Amino acid sequence: MKRSFQIVDHTADIGILAYGEDIEELFANAALALFSLITDAESIEEKLDLTLEVSSEGTENLLVEWLNELVYVFDAERIVFSRFEIRSLTHYHLRAVCYGENLNPTRHKIKVGVKAATYHMLTLDRNGDGYRASVILDI
Amino acid sequence: MTSWQGQLIRVDDYRWKIPETYKAGMRVPGMIYATRKMLDAMREDQTPEQVANVAFLPGIVGYSLAMPDIHWGYGFPIGGVAAMDVSKGVVSPGGVGYDINCGVRLLRTNLSEDEVRPRMAQLVNGLFSDVPSGLGSEGKIRVGRKEMNDLMVEGARWAVKRGLGSEEDLEVTEENGCMRGADPSRISDRAAKRGMPQAGTLGSGNHFLEIQAVKEIYEPDAADVMGINDIGQILVLIHTGSRGFGHQVCTDHLRVMEQAVSTYGIKLPDRQLACAPIESPEGRDYLAAMACAANYAWANRQCIAHWIRECFSRVLGKGPERLGMKQIYDVAHNIAKIEEHVADGRKVKVCVHRKGATRAFPPGHKDTPDCYRSIGQPVLVPGDMGRCSFIAVGTQKAMEETFGSTCHGAGRILSRGAAKRSMKGGDVIRELERRGITVKAENIHSLAEEASHAYKDVTEIIEVVHRAGISKKVAMTVPLGVIKG
Repeated sequence: MKRSFQIVDHTADIGILAYGEDIEELFANAALALFSLITDAESIEEKLDLTLEVSSEGTENLLVEWLNELVYVFDAERIVFSRFEIRSLTHYHLRAVCYGENLNPTRHKIKVGVKAATYHMLTLDRNGDGYRASVILDI
Repeated sequence: MTSWQGQLIRVDDYRWKIPETYKAGMRVPGMIYATRKMLDAMREDQTPEQVANVAFLPGIVGYSLAMPDIHWGYGFPIGGVAAMDVSKGVVSPGGVGYDINCGVRLLRTNLSEDEVRPRMAQLVNGLFSDVPSGLGSEGKIRVGRKEMNDLMVEGARWAVKRGLGSEEDLEVTEENGCMRGADPSRISDRAAKRGMPQAGTLGSGNHFLEIQAVKEIYEPDAADVMGINDIGQILVLIHTGSRGFGHQVCTDHLRVMEQAVSTYGIKLPDRQLACAPIESPEGRDYLAAMACAANYAWANRQCIAHWIRECFSRVLGKGPERLGMKQIYDVAHNIAKIEEHVADGRKVKVCVHRKGATRAFPPGHKDTPDCYRSIGQPVLVPGDMGRCSFIAVGTQKAMEETFGSTCHGAGRILSRGAAKRSMKGGDVIRELERRGITVKAENIHSLAEEASHAYKDVTEIIEVVHRAGISKKVAMTVPLGVIKG
């Protein structure tokens, strides 16, 4: 099976490497990596959906904004997601539908408290036939 | 990654200079406080490069400084200090960090180790239930939107006004627990929304509460002024910050600063150093928002200190007065502050960025509280949960060399993953228990991330700042009970 993401160790924090055949898939996989770090992604059921939109300058920044939007929804709204449909994506704008449920502390064991996605050592480039991005998260 | 190969010029055993000529664009040299042995580890994780990168920032004066607990951070290293001339310099959210006013508060007691040992399990369990902790933990105080604005402006006083603590606590808190210039209109709705439910919570990660016993006293007179009188005396340490609120403030303003960098034509070697002139709308907005988050953190530590006093009173059946649970001090170690210093022989108003660094003002300084005027401002340097922590005081030399700053803690050497692979959470608990330390954690698995061997030995760190003269060690404590988020 083609790899969708990897978690990378970093002294004080943690990084994700996300892959995708196209940018849309890469964005969805980066979000999946984020929630697989936060909790066991298999414990998340699809009980609700939320449409999120973010804007920024350029695809790399948009990726950070996207992850920060998800961190915000997780921390403020206490919702966890397990599936992401990227509905539209340009260099400046993203619209996605996210599927998941309200955080249930007895069922969702929190593994890592991700608090922000950073611009540090941020990369997004072509990787063979597809794309690869690296983002460091503050935890 | 290969280790950093740049030039470090030995000034003396504890000072190493990165010359301005190391990289085109550096405006000042770098200065690292460390032993030769520590430098090898720093070269491994590229932190000297980050020290050099900070020297690019417009308006930086003196040196780009690095404390001995320095380690790799985003843009700015953790353990870095940089002062920018207010009239022509920049402020950088990355120079403060995500957890704005992460800091440490220390309470004293009249109790001895012998009195507390038999009740340790009760105390640790009591604190664990009285102080909300863990990721996404919600506080036991309810803060509405209007109250949140008051909290942002008033800081620790907000909590004292609600009966959580006393006026005396404020006197021994940096900035009296309330930074001026806080403007809630500079705070996004989402930052407020993340902050409201988390007010009065410990959080997760490296944040903790610790019941400690005094192990050694190096300066009995200074210790006495702080109310530290005996070996075996019990102290309680709080380490936490501004929770999701500070993170959102940082995230929001980094986005603005990304734009500002091009607006003002600032050239940076690393985009996480994004900044804006202090005297620009973007710079002023950030400082006004940062002050809100700093005040939130002070209110947070104020609430937690109150619940600790309540818990001790309940478990030990004596009021906080009789237990002598006075606050020794509260310091910020992630903050930017406008201060007056002497740099290059002239008096200058600067914005001092302390990211993983502690203010260390000397005896007689106007911002050192009256009760500490004779000994200098207390500096609280927590170590890891298995070894020890230190209490020190600021010195005149710190004013002359480091803009009145010193180290803040131990600093990681192992990534969280590596720490977890090397030891299981349960083993960490058993190992600590074997050594007489009771631990209670929200998440046992992540406890391994915080194991002793994941951190540098804080004893080596404090030795450097003590011998270099930028602070003076007063006492050492060891942990007896630890509560982890």
